[in-house]
Amino acid sequence: MRQFIQGIAENSHYQATHLLHILRQIQSHYHYIPEAAIEQLSGLLNIPRTQIISVVEFYSFFHLAPRGQYELLISDSITDHMLGKKDMLDYLTKTLGVAVGELRDDGLVSLDNTSCTGMCDQGPAGLVNGYALTRLDRSSIDKIAELINQQKPLNEWPIELFQVDDNIYKSGLLLNQQIEQGAALRSTFKRGIKETLKEIDNSGLRGRGGAGFKTAIKWQFCSEEQQTERYVVCNADEGEPGTFKDRVLLNSYADQVLEGMAVCATIIGAKQGFLYLRGEYLHLHDKLQSVLDRRRQNGLLGSNILGSGLDFDIEICLGAGAYICGEESALIESLEGKAGIPRNRPPYPVTQGYLGKPTVVNNVETFLAAASIAINGGDWFANIGTEKSKGTKILSISGDCARPGTYEYPFGVTVQTILNGCGAVDVQGIQVGGPSGVFISNQEFDRKLAFEDLATGGSFIIFNSSRNILDAVHNFTHFFAHESCGFCTPCRVGTSLLKKQIDKIVEGHGSAGDVVALEELCQLVKSYSHCGLGQTAANPILTTLERYPDLYQSRLKEISFEPGFDLDGALETARRMANRYDTGAHLSQTESEHE
Amino acid sequence: MSKTITLDGKIIPFEDGQTIMDAAMAAGVYIPHLCHQPEFTPHGSCKLCTVKVNGRNCSACTFPAMDGQDVLSETEELINDRKKITQMLFVEGNHLCPGCEKTGNCQLQAVAYHLNMLDNHFPLFYPNREVDASHADVMIDQSRCILCTLCVRASQQKDGKDVFAVSGRGINKHLIVNAQSGLLKDTDLEATDHAAHICPTGAILIKRTGYRVPIGERIYDHKEIDQVSLETEHVKHGE
Repeated sequence: MRQFIQGIAENSHYQATHLLHILRQIQSHYHYIPEAAIEQLSGLLNIPRTQIISVVEFYSFFHLAPRGQYELLISDSITDHMLGKKDMLDYLTKTLGVAVGELRDDGLVSLDNTSCTGMCDQGPAGLVNGYALTRLDRSSIDKIAELINQQKPLNEWPIELFQVDDNIYKSGLLLNQQIEQGAALRSTFKRGIKETLKEIDNSGLRGRGGAGFKTAIKWQFCSEEQQTERYVVCNADEGEPGTFKDRVLLNSYADQVLEGMAVCATIIGAKQGFLYLRGEYLHLHDKLQSVLDRRRQNGLLGSNILGSGLDFDIEICLGAGAYICGEESALIESLEGKAGIPRNRPPYPVTQGYLGKPTVVNNVETFLAAASIAINGGDWFANIGTEKSKGTKILSISGDCARPGTYEYPFGVTVQTILNGCGAVDVQGIQVGGPSGVFISNQEFDRKLAFEDLATGGSFIIFNSSRNILDAVHNFTHFFAHESCGFCTPCRVGTSLLKKQIDKIVEGHGSAGDVVALEELCQLVKSYSHCGLGQTAANPILTTLERYPDLYQSRLKEISFEPGFDLDGALETARRMANRYDTGAHLSQTESEHE
Repeated sequence: MSKTITLDGKIIPFEDGQTIMDAAMAAGVYIPHLCHQPEFTPHGSCKLCTVKVNGRNCSACTFPAMDGQDVLSETEELINDRKKITQMLFVEGNHLCPGCEKTGNCQLQAVAYHLNMLDNHFPLFYPNREVDASHADVMIDQSRCILCTLCVRASQQKDGKDVFAVSGRGINKHLIVNAQSGLLKDTDLEATDHAAHICPTGAILIKRTGYRVPIGERIYDHKEIDQVSLETEHVKHGE
């Protein structure tokens, strides 16, 4: 082991900023992070062991205790559930002989749930040793179980198990034309750097991650900073459940995304860029690496790009299972090899980002659009869309519709148009923008997708009338509690309290005051949390409570109060100790249960 | 002319580089806080010091004071919500004041009294957390840890060591110590370290000193935390 660890540390030049990369290799080799590895790394990287442990314990894909040689993770997005996850998982546990959250006795396979893996249009999905599995069903599970029991290496597994489709059903301004390699950079050099920033400004392009900050202003702020060492970061930590369009862009439009990063680097004066790829998209890593290599060979990356005298290169950094790293300052912490805990702001990343240097962080789609704008000019983009939301938006559509997949629509498109386009009928409601967004009812289909009405990072999950909306709320609320980084009190404790409270109501233990208490708690978490995660964690409850108050009320018992815990369950230890299991040794939860 | 902010209608001066908390304390105004101590880099995690700055919630301990800011702190809404955040800290751990050696010297308890907290409001978590009594002179009771990271910062910034860290994610966050065994006895912590004395609650205690100061004569038995904070923390800040 010593030699192995020494080797990977050396390959990372003993840089603590590469800690995630190093730990990924150790986890993949040993299927956990052994204590001895932590000790050795602490010496090699010259960082305290506590720093390594805190990183291991922060990311879902690292473990201090052994996992199986085949680590199976099953996506827990609501869309996976809608596609029959529960039955599939039951069958999987039976076939493999391992329970969820456990390691099989022979150490060969472990099974667990994981947050949305971004395969919502082709679920139920999962990961095996980090590689995406799609469309899991009984026949593929039989195959997987056999392969595992035969201990077949992953590269000998049939490729159809790993088949990931783009499913692009509607292209617009951006997806219609693949730009010619280097065209955006050539246009930028020809037009001039300042002039190109002007075009991006004219285009009205706003950040596509959801927050909608004007891209040109961000780039300009960064370029005006005193420190000359600056960075470009592409946020490909697409973790919002129901979103997968960045996966499609990186699979089929990678050149254009990387070129957008290079245009940004030219404008802000950065020499180094990072593509922060969520760990769930490991399957894209080698392909992206080869695109980078090709671009280097073609003089589009590296030193003296296209003979311009400018140097810029891009490194891919993989995440390790943490939704919070989609928040830009948490992402930067993660890039630095730390736990993804959002920073205090100000200072903002444009002034103090990666290693304290000015940094632009933008979404995959933003860079894609910027590259096209650099070629076609600002007006080309601004002529489409609405007044405050220029251009198009690429959507990830999933849930109850005939054609789940990727769609590009001009901003300002109505919800009804989108529903017609993807073949959705009998729609009850839609989760727009993912769990952190808003749930809209079927009374709101004339609303428009735009920053001035329904803002979205791209997630669009459709629920037909057969669905129970509270199932979705339950799933989303558990998701946020699982993904809270735990830094601040309102989110760390609040998301867990929300989970307890929604469970109580959904399971039918709620009483009159519980919905009021729930709403009060929602406001507290929303108003006082440190970052966007906590500030939006209550949205699934708040937006459905506003639209379907009766849904919540109908789950309540007609008593004034019910304890938040299981009275009878709490007596179990006492019963065991007294060896008493008669009726007298049981307590009913409420008076009404006596009848 | 010096720069000023308005805090609850009162105009107070500040110097460049000061946070709202710094400016408030210098002006003799207490803003409740637990994870903040002026000697250490502000952390901004407990959120008790949340104030409304020009209508937006900000942590006073990390947010820079800027000329003309309109800051609200002692509003009914903020006081009430600070109480609820304190209640969250209580239910998250196992805080049983009557049986805790820190009672009367505990900032969590004192803040709770200051905010007129009379119950837990939220359901208790009853987490299963461990005691580390391995060290000859210092013990850790994880049940009382509120993850303020003051011990982490004190060890790094004052003691020049790296004894403590916070690990884990979400509700599973917990304090760890820098030893291969994971035990306090195998760290280089000494009872004289600043980090061993900084804990605002009873999570880190010095052994064999329990109840030397009798109940009734403790820090918060006769003074409220606002007064104590302004008397002790502001002086330190000026050093």
